[in-house]
Amino acid sequence: MEFEPVIGLEVHAQLLTKSKIFCGCSTAFGADPNSHTCPICLGMPGVLPALNRKVVEYAMKMALAVHCRINGASSFARKNYFYPDLPKGYQISQYDLPLAEKGCVDVDLEEGRKRIGITRVHIEEDAGKSLHDEKTAYSYVDLNRTGVPLIEIVSEPDMRSPEEGAAYLRRLHEILVYLEICDGNMEEGSFRCDANVSIRPQGTERFGTRTELKNMNSFRNVQLALEYEIERQAQVLRAGGTVVQETRLWDAAARVTHSMRGKEEAHDYRYFPDPDLVPIVISDEWIEKIRATFPELPMEKRDRFIREYDIPRYDAQVLTAARALGDFFEETVRHCGKPKTASNWIMGDILALVKEEKIEIQDIPVSPKALAEMIALIEDGTISGKIAKDVFQTMWKTGKDARFIVEEQGLVQITDAAELDSVIDTVLAAHPRQFEEFRNGKAPLFGFFVGQVMKATKGKANPQTVNELLKKKLSLR
Amino acid sequence: MVKITRQEVEYVAHLARLDFTDDEKNRFTAQLNDILMYMDVLNAVDTTGVEPMTHAIARTNAFREDIVCESLETEAALANAPERQGPYFRVPKVID
Repeated sequence: MEFEPVIGLEVHAQLLTKSKIFCGCSTAFGADPNSHTCPICLGMPGVLPALNRKVVEYAMKMALAVHCRINGASSFARKNYFYPDLPKGYQISQYDLPLAEKGCVDVDLEEGRKRIGITRVHIEEDAGKSLHDEKTAYSYVDLNRTGVPLIEIVSEPDMRSPEEGAAYLRRLHEILVYLEICDGNMEEGSFRCDANVSIRPQGTERFGTRTELKNMNSFRNVQLALEYEIERQAQVLRAGGTVVQETRLWDAAARVTHSMRGKEEAHDYRYFPDPDLVPIVISDEWIEKIRATFPELPMEKRDRFIREYDIPRYDAQVLTAARALGDFFEETVRHCGKPKTASNWIMGDILALVKEEKIEIQDIPVSPKALAEMIALIEDGTISGKIAKDVFQTMWKTGKDARFIVEEQGLVQITDAAELDSVIDTVLAAHPRQFEEFRNGKAPLFGFFVGQVMKATKGKANPQTVNELLKKKLSLR
Repeated sequence: MVKITRQEVEYVAHLARLDFTDDEKNRFTAQLNDILMYMDVLNAVDTTGVEPMTHAIARTNAFREDIVCESLETEAALANAPERQGPYFRVPKVID
């Protein structure tokens, strides 16, 4: 029997505020253990949480970006459970009145664009971190992360394959980073994902029993974990068994999911309204103010690049991966008017150097204007594309502009037919054996002669002119 | 009239990680039963058209600005910890 997977994802994203959600402690990652704590986030008796305005505004941004309806009034609730990284004995979250509900996001798949429903976006606080020592009977707790603001984004069970799950996650990730409300660092836990997955016989409607997957800290691991779990459930059903509703942990090293038996008992959180926090009331004016700060979002930018610049979807995808990269491209095109050439240079030479030198696009030594000027030199035939590669390297190393480098190093392209003719004669005379072989039908040697002419002119010969002249000369004899 | 059973009292006690003697369990079951009976008195009031209230004050939107303030010294943060290890709180092992 063929099965169809049904997948829903819960994403937790840390918000890029400077201070925590309910107190003034810093949210900076990597500080000394327990150095960013105070009576409020330590959960001392008698303290009062005070909500960080920025948390609400950042959460509103995301909610609007995924087309959610913002609730006019929302409120906080306590989720009660005991765990050492939760000093108060409850997590402040939102329950029956979340910040926003009923949205959607489009994802691009190989078979086309698909719309995934968003159930809700709500605000909550993060818990601390426990370290486990293999050798002792203890765990060690660092409460710096306690009270760092999170938004939880819950999807509808709309995904039908691990690939769709991964595509949806990448989409949320790029939107959060574009909005500059989350740094998106999965290794440091700024962007985390839990998955709910079940399977049902192909063509049927009723959902099967689901399991919840945790502990996947990369897009790839989410996809691998889903693939594994779908196959595991299928094997259970094919063997006549039943899937148990449970939480399972992904083991990235062994590439399997493990049941989390034991910790499961009593998922009874006894939510109730938090009496310490008053409701959030959001007016239409506030929503419009937030909307006015919106940058162009990645998918809209991609579609516009394809439409406006007539570049392939692949190029548009690469160029919109980060906001600054898209800006660099547009600025270059504004100066040179050659979108595809600009795209090739940015995706090729520039991104290679950015990766090699581990720097950000906004910090590179070549400005969009300088790149545009160099492209203009190729376009008007002053230099060849091959010479441009070297010119670009020099621009990167010295910060000098292209025209200066070309003049300084005498790199102007040779297009003069008479001059190139004599070079060709010299080359043919210097290689009588190859010339003989070519005449006896060894066609690939044509490329050899082109190479020799380029070498003799230190790459300055216009390749097109060389091709034409060589063809003429070789057929003449 | 029985509003809450002894089993329910035991369940709630377990969720709160509280250990009670048999005597206490019986006493609390009776007391909680009385409290819940009183809720019936409140429930008799007609509240049609009245919004549920979660706070005693009618305020909304009490915000602070996103400004970092000084945290406690790590020593002070750990001062009440029953057990510690260097800058960490030490707890019985939790496996997840």
